[in-house]
Amino acid sequence: MINLGLDILGLARFQFGMTTVFHFFFVPFSIGLAFVVAVMETMYAVKGDKDYKKMAQFWGKMFLYSFAVGVVTGIIQEFQFGMNWSEYSRFMGDIFGAPLAIEALAAFFMESTFIGMWMFTWDRFNKWVHVLFIWLVMFGSSLSALWILAANSFMQNPLGYIINKQTGHVQMTDFGAIVGNPQLWNEFPHVIFGSFVTAAFVIAGCAAWRLLKKDHVTFYRKSLQVALVIGLIFSLGSIASGDTQMRYLLNNQPMKVGAMEGIYKNSTEKGEWTAVAGFDTKAHKTTWSVDIPYVLNLLSYHKLTGTVTGMNQANKELHAKYDKKFGSDINYYVPTKTLFWSFRIMSGASALFALLAIVGLIFNRKKSQAILKQKWFLYIMGLCLWLPFIVNTCGWFITEFGRYPWVVYGLLTIADAVSPNVSVASLLTSNIVYFLMFAGMGVVMVVLCHRTLKAGPDAENTDGYSASDVDIDPYSKGAFNHD
Amino acid sequence: MTNLQLLWFILIGVLFSGFFFLEGFDFGVGMLIKSFARNDAERDVVIRTIGPHWDGNEVWLITAGGAMFASFPMWYATLFSGFYLVLFLILACLIFRGVSFEFRANMETERWKTFWEWAGTIGSGCAAFLFGMLFTAMIKGMPIDKNGDMTAHFTDYVNLFSIVGGVAVTVLCLVHGLNFIRLKTSGELRDRARDWNKILYPVLFAGEVVFAILLFFSTDFFAKKPLSTTLIVVFLVIVTALAYWGVLGNHEWLSFVGSGLSLISVVVLIFNGLFPRVMVANNPAYSLLIKNSSNSPYTLHLMTILTFSILPIVLVYFIWSYWVFYKRLASPKQNA
Repeated sequence: MINLGLDILGLARFQFGMTTVFHFFFVPFSIGLAFVVAVMETMYAVKGDKDYKKMAQFWGKMFLYSFAVGVVTGIIQEFQFGMNWSEYSRFMGDIFGAPLAIEALAAFFMESTFIGMWMFTWDRFNKWVHVLFIWLVMFGSSLSALWILAANSFMQNPLGYIINKQTGHVQMTDFGAIVGNPQLWNEFPHVIFGSFVTAAFVIAGCAAWRLLKKDHVTFYRKSLQVALVIGLIFSLGSIASGDTQMRYLLNNQPMKVGAMEGIYKNSTEKGEWTAVAGFDTKAHKTTWSVDIPYVLNLLSYHKLTGTVTGMNQANKELHAKYDKKFGSDINYYVPTKTLFWSFRIMSGASALFALLAIVGLIFNRKKSQAILKQKWFLYIMGLCLWLPFIVNTCGWFITEFGRYPWVVYGLLTIADAVSPNVSVASLLTSNIVYFLMFAGMGVVMVVLCHRTLKAGPDAENTDGYSASDVDIDPYSKGAFNHD
Repeated sequence: MTNLQLLWFILIGVLFSGFFFLEGFDFGVGMLIKSFARNDAERDVVIRTIGPHWDGNEVWLITAGGAMFASFPMWYATLFSGFYLVLFLILACLIFRGVSFEFRANMETERWKTFWEWAGTIGSGCAAFLFGMLFTAMIKGMPIDKNGDMTAHFTDYVNLFSIVGGVAVTVLCLVHGLNFIRLKTSGELRDRARDWNKILYPVLFAGEVVFAILLFFSTDFFAKKPLSTTLIVVFLVIVTALAYWGVLGNHEWLSFVGSGLSLISVVVLIFNGLFPRVMVANNPAYSLLIKNSSNSPYTLHLMTILTFSILPIVLVYFIWSYWVFYKRLASPKQNA
């Protein structure tokens, strides 16, 4: 076969990354939308204002699209462990399988059952029962995030296990430690808050575009209002939870933090924070940078003193710790540029979100039509609807690239995790097809959302399910008569 | 082999049975979108019969996969990496059919609507066929090495036996889907489903007989477990016959339960024949066994407690959701 310079490991990594990123466009979006829609429907139930019902139904459509894509890409995600990472599955099965199975059992069933109920039973149940359905969907999807992050947290910070001497595989000894992993309780709120922010700013952005056209002003202003309130609360929440997570990582994964801050040498007592910089990753050097004193210490320790471990120091410590087991020629430097810029985009965007929400809420005050006159603001808001997806991807990049070269921190390298028996040709085929399918689904999603938006909240329900319903009880006598 | 290992082997079988019973009919209904339903309005009704349920049904597969990972990771790793291309194609099919229901309803032009209808039809059909093929190939025995890695060639997956297995499962899903449509609709569609099944059942019988003969020659099932294997095959034929009788005599529930039981008995046949193995290797020394493919007792114990506390609740609301949508859908008027 022609050597294209492609190998199993590279292709498997690319495929995993691609699937994760694509899946993670829709997961936070649908968790967040479930929350926002649930809030809207609850407001309808409380206030009896039909506008809120219309809002829940309208934004609920986008939720249904993203849910469908989320489900199908989720199956790829689950099967991929066995298909592309069989050695990982054998090594980690004792720990990783449990949260995955519980996720399916406790969360997916709840989500998919109640989403069907919610979707098809408008006006068939008491409005409070119907509200309960969407909250159960929301609860189910958050629960699934919790379990999958529990598995991920173990990979970042293994706890509650021993290595089985016979097989060399990990073995669970303490389920409590796995669920109580501090990494999990730092990661989970950050991901959930990020999800709420995602949905809030997508809705706010969509509403802003329609307001620019002066379309359904009352409806979109109300939507904007709900979205911005949620957006403000949870962008502040995600900044706060990001901060605690960062401080946790200082001790736990110093290499990751070093790369996020772009420091090779340990920082000095003055705590210079690098705002922007260029890197020579081969020589492990910063080529140029713009530094601001004391900010690093403020960010890291919330005070003016202290030092942060640089990557060179972290590298030395990792070698000292792991050379015996993994050999001395392993490279512990993580992709510095990716982490450095991802971190800046992520934190910068979060601050921008909070700011936009405040400004938006001021413009959108009751009675005044100020928001319609601030076209510049609506444009920015509208453009920012894409930003959360980039931010989520950045967050995932930091988490996952930041533990290089491990798949399970300190226990298993990525190279040792891959399926040895899958051919390059198979992998290449699946990569190409998945890529095309993801691209296709992405395009359809955007087109559908755009069309839904253009059709507006008064459009006829086009979900095709509203086809003639007759009340024939299949258990009644008449139902069995065939004439 | 410990009791817990045995329990989990059975539980995996139960989950796959649930998956085939439920997703079996929505695969069947999916296949019928293009041929059985004759116009847009009819397609709406046909899709609507599974609309609220298909994603919940698919979760049975996700759960079966997750449970396999959580109880027999060696099995999961060998099976999934070994059948890479088949599983990849199944996933592609599941994606296409999964999004097709939602996307079709929202397409404006006829051409795109038709595209997603075909995606749903072909995706459902191929997924059913490939599942049948995968499980048939799996029981025939595969080239597995000492490490448990499988390196199979095209003819290991695709051969007369696996193709017959694939076709048999596809036809089973098809009749199951038609039986479901009969339960969920009224009028024209309900009658047509009956007419179709009158023709399909004889085909299915022929398929089952050929499958049983090939099973005798291609696997060690009859040699190792002559009694139980024969009994299950006989049961399979009997429930199929009962379902056919249900079709002829208008006993809708009987025919639906019958076709569901046929699918379940195929799963039972496979799991019974596998026992005490989970994967059959060409070289018997490398077959994966229940006793050495499972997780630690701690994890199995934990999973058992969790499963038996969560599952009852899940079953209650899962069944309730079918109850909520028990009403029949009317067939659209002709030329409407």
